[in-house]
Amino acid sequence: MRSRHIVVPLALLAISAAACSKKKDPVLQPTPDTGTPAPPPPTATPPAPPPAAPAGANAEAVRAALVADLGNVIHFDYDQDLVKPEDRPILDRKAEIMRANPTLRIRISGHADDRGSDEYNLVLGNKRALAARQYLVGKGIDAGRIDVTSFGEERPADPAENEAAWARNRRAEFEIIAGGDRLVAPR
Amino acid sequence: MRRLVLLLVAGAAAAGPLLAQDTVRVGISYQPGVRPGLVVLPAPGLDSVRAIVDRDLGFSDRFEVISLAQAPAGAPQGPAAINYPFYRTLGAAFAVELVAGAGNQVTVRLHDLAAERLREQLAFTPDRSGVGDSRLSIHRISDEIVRLATGQTGIASSRILFLNSDKRIWRVDSDGANLVAVTPAGVDAMSPAWSPDGSRIAYMVFSRDGTRPIVVQSLATGTRTVLPTTAGTQNMTPAFSPDGKALMFARLSDQGAALYGLNVQELCCVERLSGGRFAENFSPAYSPDGRRVVFVSTRAGGQQIYAMSSDGSDQELLVSFDFGATGNSNAPDWSPDGASIAFHREVERSPQIFTFALAGRRLKAWTSSGRNEDPSWGPDGRHLVFVSNRTGRRQLFVLDTESGQSRQIMTPGSAKLPAWSRSMGGSRSQP
Repeated sequence: MRSRHIVVPLALLAISAAACSKKKDPVLQPTPDTGTPAPPPPTATPPAPPPAAPAGANAEAVRAALVADLGNVIHFDYDQDLVKPEDRPILDRKAEIMRANPTLRIRISGHADDRGSDEYNLVLGNKRALAARQYLVGKGIDAGRIDVTSFGEERPADPAENEAAWARNRRAEFEIIAGGDRLVAPR
Repeated sequence: MRRLVLLLVAGAAAAGPLLAQDTVRVGISYQPGVRPGLVVLPAPGLDSVRAIVDRDLGFSDRFEVISLAQAPAGAPQGPAAINYPFYRTLGAAFAVELVAGAGNQVTVRLHDLAAERLREQLAFTPDRSGVGDSRLSIHRISDEIVRLATGQTGIASSRILFLNSDKRIWRVDSDGANLVAVTPAGVDAMSPAWSPDGSRIAYMVFSRDGTRPIVVQSLATGTRTVLPTTAGTQNMTPAFSPDGKALMFARLSDQGAALYGLNVQELCCVERLSGGRFAENFSPAYSPDGRRVVFVSTRAGGQQIYAMSSDGSDQELLVSFDFGATGNSNAPDWSPDGASIAFHREVERSPQIFTFALAGRRLKAWTSSGRNEDPSWGPDGRHLVFVSNRTGRRQLFVLDTESGQSRQIMTPGSAKLPAWSRSMGGSRSQP
């Protein structure tokens, strides 16, 4: 799975300032009212010039890239809720996009691996979502634009029982809940 | 065993005849650890009833249930003549005779084999089919036999809720039969809890809008009620008070998880009970008198078991811990006799079942291999149901805390978060 991603995201990498070293199946949860699946960007055109309103496929590609950046997942250490330094660029990018799109609202859901108590993991997931929100608030985003929730260990990204799967499961996911239909790229 | 039988005979003579409804038994001396032999006699026309009763009495762990398959040829058949010496040679102290009467009536006779006399006789009108929910009326017969023979509460007429891997709450009779999904398909649920009379359940719902309401559902009608203030907020781990009037739960906020209580009869009066800033308090469970509550708190770092008054005052660390020597402790449940708290504690990062006896503050580990978690007491205060992955996937196990032995309850998928009811319905089954 990872090797496949090495090839495909090159186009995305050119677009996404936030793209960094880690694996990230962008757990992209489109808003219910956006039916159109994001087509792959036709070329590696940088999204920089969106002066007025780029029409057609290009606008959609820009939007898709922004949605992908907003959907990028961050991960946590075992039984921890601190945002890891290597994940900060992922959150920084989300903060930029949210600043550029004042009507954008998101929901952060925290998740845990399945090693702790089921009910404690619900608490831990909540703490992880709160930590991600606090980071964005620290970047100037109004807390009222960010809902938080927790799935505990109930929605693993990887159902396997090994260190790699547990690491993937200790995460916060980001979902657009309003204002995602038309997105402006940050200048 | 001989000594026990003599005691029972003397006791029965002293007590004189008692009505079935009597709940106080004079003269029966139950001896923990002693399992008198018991045989359930062939019961023409009552095969289903007999099979269920026979199994229930075995699962009570209070008798050595002697299978008649072991009896030599020529064993006396039928109720006409109870051959007391014959059943004594099989090692039995009691014989249970089930006699089909008119309609659905079943007469139960408990014979004392040492005294060679009929000790008790009771009539029941169960649904004899022994299918689905009709099994409950037969389980009640089993519990009555346990009460007559030992003076103790049985577990047969009780049920276990659990979270299945389809994210729905299921229930199963405590003998492992009659598996039924009780929450609707498409509603992801968690943390089931019984009302004390077994008529309702409470649970948390993973709503699609990201909120986590607490729902109370009637098992008879399926009617579901979202508890006040839990719509639109993040909540978890509901627990009914023993009188069924109050419900306590945890609410998640940006300041941590706090315990809240409300009046569940009038659906009002939500009150915050416990929650320091930036400490998590959750998983409450009431004492049987309703005056105290055990819960999990992270106020000292890891998760540990605390207790408080049910109004939130008088909080204390209940189960002491040593950093480095013991791990996080979760999922406390107060035994129905009030004497003991069951919970799980991480030992080398793997949860194991513990009990903490309040008298003497004694801690005891019951499991040691695999993951064993989320214990819930049965109505007899002797058995615990918990989740274990010892067979590969998470399944329910019932542990007898007197013998230390356990049996598996097979469920489809994997099981989580079991909650064991009190005895259900019928005053006879109540302690």
